Amino acid sequence: MSNLKEMRSGIEEQYKAKLNRPRIVVGLGTCGIAAGGNKVMKAIKDEVANRKLDVDVDFTSCIGMCFAEPAVEIALPGTPSVVYGGIYPDKVAQLIEGHVIGKKPVTELAAIQITGDATPFDGIPVMEKSGYYAKQVRSVTSRLGRTNPESIGDYIATGGYAAIDKAISMDRLDIINEIKKSGLRGRGGGGFPTGNKWQFVHDAVGDKKYIVCNADEGDPGAFMDRSVLEGDPHAVLEGMMVAGYSIGADEGVIYCRAEYPLAIKRLNLAIEEAEKMGLMGDNILGSGFNFTVRIKAGAGAFVCGEETALLNSIEGQRGMPRVRPPFPAHKGLWQKPTCLNNVETFANIPFIIRNGGEWYASMGTEKSKGSKVFCLTGKINNTGLCEVPMGITMGEILNDIAGGILGGKKFKAVQSGGPSGGCLPTEQLGLPIDYDSLISAGAMMGSGGLVFMDETTCMVDVAKFFLNFTQLESCGKCTPCREGTKRLLETLIRITEGAGTAEDIPNLERLAKVIKSSALCALGQTAPNPVLTTLRYFRDEYEAHINDKKCPAGVCPELLTFVILKDKCVGCGLCLKACPVSAIAGEKKEVHKIDGAKCIKCGACVPTCKLNAIIKA
Amino acid sequence: MRKLCKFVPSVFSHQTITLTLKEEIQLSTVTLTINGQEVTVPAGTTVLDAALGAGIFIPTFCHDPNFPGYGGCRICVVEIKGARNMPASCVTAAANGMVVETESPAVVETRKTILELMLANHPVDCLTCEKSGECKLQDFCFRYDVKGPKFVGEKKDQPLDTSNPYITRDTNKCILCGRCVRSCNDVEDRSVINFAYRGFKTKVAPAMDSGLAESACVSCSRCVAVCPVGALTYTSTAGKGRVWEVEKEQVTCGWCESGCLFDLVKKDGKVIGVVAKASGEGRPLCLKGRLGMELRYNDQPLKPMLKKDDEYVEVSWTEALGLDDIMEKLK
Repeated sequence: MSNLKEMRSGIEEQYKAKLNRPRIVVGLGTCGIAAGGNKVMKAIKDEVANRKLDVDVDFTSCIGMCFAEPAVEIALPGTPSVVYGGIYPDKVAQLIEGHVIGKKPVTELAAIQITGDATPFDGIPVMEKSGYYAKQVRSVTSRLGRTNPESIGDYIATGGYAAIDKAISMDRLDIINEIKKSGLRGRGGGGFPTGNKWQFVHDAVGDKKYIVCNADEGDPGAFMDRSVLEGDPHAVLEGMMVAGYSIGADEGVIYCRAEYPLAIKRLNLAIEEAEKMGLMGDNILGSGFNFTVRIKAGAGAFVCGEETALLNSIEGQRGMPRVRPPFPAHKGLWQKPTCLNNVETFANIPFIIRNGGEWYASMGTEKSKGSKVFCLTGKINNTGLCEVPMGITMGEILNDIAGGILGGKKFKAVQSGGPSGGCLPTEQLGLPIDYDSLISAGAMMGSGGLVFMDETTCMVDVAKFFLNFTQLESCGKCTPCREGTKRLLETLIRITEGAGTAEDIPNLERLAKVIKSSALCALGQTAPNPVLTTLRYFRDEYEAHINDKKCPAGVCPELLTFVILKDKCVGCGLCLKACPVSAIAGEKKEVHKIDGAKCIKCGACVPTCKLNAIIKA
Repeated sequence: MRKLCKFVPSVFSHQTITLTLKEEIQLSTVTLTINGQEVTVPAGTTVLDAALGAGIFIPTFCHDPNFPGYGGCRICVVEIKGARNMPASCVTAAANGMVVETESPAVVETRKTILELMLANHPVDCLTCEKSGECKLQDFCFRYDVKGPKFVGEKKDQPLDTSNPYITRDTNKCILCGRCVRSCNDVEDRSVINFAYRGFKTKVAPAMDSGLAESACVSCSRCVAVCPVGALTYTSTAGKGRVWEVEKEQVTCGWCESGCLFDLVKKDGKVIGVVAKASGEGRPLCLKGRLGMELRYNDQPLKPMLKKDDEYVEVSWTEALGLDDIMEKLK
């Protein structure tokens, strides 16, 4: 295959024909499958077969609204596509009867509609104006939930492989300059300018160079890379190919965690299909440029997301960070110059090459250009994936996209950047999100996981959770991280158990400072951030734990007492029955009492009381 | 990362620059300031070596000139003007114009904390420790006035490994500097020990976390020779004398042509043991050589033990030294 244009016209015809047929599309990303998407798929296929309907049944990846999974899209030619949320097998018949046979959308189940040129249906939010999408841009995520990720035809018909086609006719340095012009910075968290990195690898002397894609997404609450790999695997491959062409590499490795089996499956399939069509392998598109990609499955160590530990792991060694310099750009995989970027960074490349660096740089802030994918998790109404222009405020993400805090509770903090990041309070909701502003606020961009917390969250407990994570995931190479995070964790445990002392806060700060300044790699250098930011913004909670032996959020069991309010209790005895340790006593129709010595603070009694007479104090 | 790049002129070394001979000579050395003292060293020298060369002390645990570039223990951190963090001097290349402070209050504070962290996970049993007197942990705690562990919490509690008759392995005293690992793995057909587990549970262990006797260990003692603390010690000299009671005399092994170096450990003029010192050219130290030296110099040599069917058993000296066939012929 030497001419993409010739091939493209045929593929585009096919794709158009596919869009001009009535279709039912099921979201089968990991989130969709976990919600039961495969059962829904089967129910739909059965229903279509039983009723002998002339409808295509297809699947796609996650459109971003994980909260609405299992999601099903129904598209009839000439009318808008409607995405339905929460479609379990029992709702399939209703949906098919209403929308496919009756030709009328089932408004009460619909989440959004994608109109295209068609006249919108009444009563269903149009995607671009809907609450979840109004403030989003869809560039890296544009194919997610829209195309079949296992079809190279869908990818090519939607502009795929046009970037490599364009790149191989360009001068290598022009490509790098285009990336520099775009202002794209590493999306893995560090934020290093991608164009500069490519320039270093391009300029590095070496008989062999490598492209490595970091798909070892390990932050709790982060799934951007997984969603991109599952939804648009070819874009990542194409980004790697463009990088390979511009720096002079002919081999790429994707280091993907083994916990992402679907991503690995779709990547393998994408590689196979691309090779079959001559878009990967030897003499790509007749240009003389060769490029192959292989996948290395990681065994699930968080530290292997650190670039040098990742390289060690690919080489078959223990995943321990190497000293930098030398940076991977000079001595990377097998000591050869290596361009190492993360999934989202590579996925951005085809869009930048096709639309130009200036287009990309038109989005975002002065120092952070373009768009960024975030994962919204925690106590919010809409958990899922969103892509927003840099510079959007945390408040806009919370209130407009995430739909505010669940159950009308009060927002308390948002954790940005995973275990390396920090917790930002209400005062920081106006903060425009970019690499530098987040760092100055004590957090960091990280890979893009945002965990929202409400007023029932104890911030000392949150710090403890993250320290427990980093402590377990420390590789053990350097002293400050291996030993220091353990002592931070032990101090936090003591505080939450009511054994904190006045020296604990200054000791935490002193140790955190030393770990930050002297640890070997980014894991250790950022590990104290959750402690430092919670101390910075929620110091009063630490003080309440230490001085008053109280947990203001009512989370830490050792600091809680359950009390039955005398004036509310009617002596119904329900709580008494619910108590697993017989800590509640009282005669019928008389006020009951909890024996504090026996109580294990499980909280089982609280929901049994219809009069809300049991409180945590 | 960008800031660190400043100190790495090699990043741009690919650039073709036409130089006069004079400039080239100037470029091959770098001049930096350490504690206010101007130091000129060949390009590529680490800050640690530059300082040591100028008579400025920097403590090290994990640094080993034979296997450089590890940077794990962080005790050698220094302050470098303009750097974001405190880099480890053993893995930071000296650069022109660098301003280094090796004993600033911040550096001392960091080193003290690292020592306190090490002690918090260490038995601190210097009174009976074989290594007492030549232990780096002890020396640096003395230097930085660290009297004991400041952090209270969990400590390693691993069983003492005495399965090997020559080497006593106490992982509770290990500070995980990794010198033994690098020394062992430097010899391809040895590579017996490595790091196991993660985080606070990290330890140095043979495959499957077995004892040394069960492993493929050949008792060459390369690991013991580099251990800076009391985690790896010689069983043969245990309890026979304190470090300050003995003197050491270097001997060259004549068992093969390589000439590894051994120390005779003498107390009151009598040899009480032979310990490995350094590998000879092309030879990675071996048990046979050490046993040979033991037999030759020690009036009361240790009993030679060899592994048979995965267990150590006492053997004759001729068998231990592989002389059985020669002895047969001499008969």
